[in-house]
Amino acid sequence: MDTQVDIELHLLVDAIYLKYHYDFRRYAPASLKRRLTAALAPFNCHSFSQLQDRVLHEPGIFPALLDFLTVPVSEMFRDPGYFRSLRQTVVPMLRTYPSLKVWVAGCGTGEEVYSLAILLREEGLLPRTLIYATDINPHTLQKASAGVYDVERIAGFTEAHRKSGGNSSLSDYYTAAYGRAVFDRSLREHIVFSDHSLATDSVFAEVQLISCRNVLIYFNGDLQDRAVGLFRESLCRKGFLGIGSKETLRFSSHSDSFGELARDERIYQKLP
Amino acid sequence: MIYQQAIAPEALRARIECVVIGASAGGVEALAELLPALPATFRPSLLIVLHLPRDRPSLLVDIFAKRCARPVREADDKEPLEPGTVYFAPPDYHMLVEKDRQIALSADAPVHFSRPSIDVLFESAADVYGERLLGIILTGGNEDGAAGLYGIHQAGGVTVVQQPDSAKVPLMVVSALQRGPADFVLTLPEIAQLLGALA
Repeated sequence: MDTQVDIELHLLVDAIYLKYHYDFRRYAPASLKRRLTAALAPFNCHSFSQLQDRVLHEPGIFPALLDFLTVPVSEMFRDPGYFRSLRQTVVPMLRTYPSLKVWVAGCGTGEEVYSLAILLREEGLLPRTLIYATDINPHTLQKASAGVYDVERIAGFTEAHRKSGGNSSLSDYYTAAYGRAVFDRSLREHIVFSDHSLATDSVFAEVQLISCRNVLIYFNGDLQDRAVGLFRESLCRKGFLGIGSKETLRFSSHSDSFGELARDERIYQKLP
Repeated sequence: MIYQQAIAPEALRARIECVVIGASAGGVEALAELLPALPATFRPSLLIVLHLPRDRPSLLVDIFAKRCARPVREADDKEPLEPGTVYFAPPDYHMLVEKDRQIALSADAPVHFSRPSIDVLFESAADVYGERLLGIILTGGNEDGAAGLYGIHQAGGVTVVQQPDSAKVPLMVVSALQRGPADFVLTLPEIAQLLGALA
């Protein structure tokens, strides 16, 4: 039986969907509840019902709440082994295509997108590649598209890039000034940032590689199935899918459609 | 030393469906006393958050799988919780429990500078299991876990804190004791005995 708090949470999420068409109804309940609970104090609310009232009646509240609801910042080359494995197992096959399309789904503030763009540049593939970077939060998309990061984070990015098998220096790709590092326009020329929801939108392009890391963990089983279904539909014949290092297609209704290409790094290939 | 005589260890046997453990500095040694002592008939799911350096692959499963009579795994997202199985939170992810008895992972911001955080696991498990949960705070130099253990107490669960004198680093257990009441304050051999009763 649902507790009082769970009932209020349910109503809040329904209200958000009905009013703003952002669909959190099939997000994984435990972490969704934790995020919304963390939002109560900053919005001066003592219950989800009160927050619901503010979301419905005050125009500025929802965009601010969206920042609490969506995936936080990541790091460039998070899990260097994943990127090393992309280089070793996926890149040789990507070379066989005359032009490439890559989809980074749930790109957040862009760290993963720039990591992939740099990797493709190093492998000589970026000039013929178009990367679609999508997210549901316009605010983070704007940040991702700016490609500006605190300079204090760069040391960690540089170390991870080196471990990922990078054959150039990360400093080749950004300009540091006034405590900020601005990533190169020549990378951004190959990236299209766009609003897209894995919960409500459909497929928009045929792509050879999809990277969607630590996004599916926020979805319940049904929504994971929907998202992976979109990926299957979007991928070309024998296309590649990379997910987070603790995510798995093992429990997905689409698990039969994918083969494990790099088991530990969670890189899959669509079966013909 | 048992604070609340009202709960007899034998009564826990029928009641406890899940056990959660949180530990930080000194935790590997403490778990090396507890996990090998688990009986082959141990019944609850056992979920563990141990603070570790985030950029290194965890060796916990390698270390403990051979020394434990029950299966030991590093949790994957959406993994169904099985009875009598030990799950470690993976490095750099929070581990939570869903009402349908699945693991849920999150990459949300660290809590008390920690990801995984003990509070995050304990609070979500308290929500799911209520009085059928037993939470244990072990050695550590961090305040993570105190709020979570209090959450377990408020949800009607059973709370266990390692006796501060016996903890390698006592800050975490002292913080937990300051935050809320513990049903049991025990040494490691006593905790091993309590867990052994959940068979």
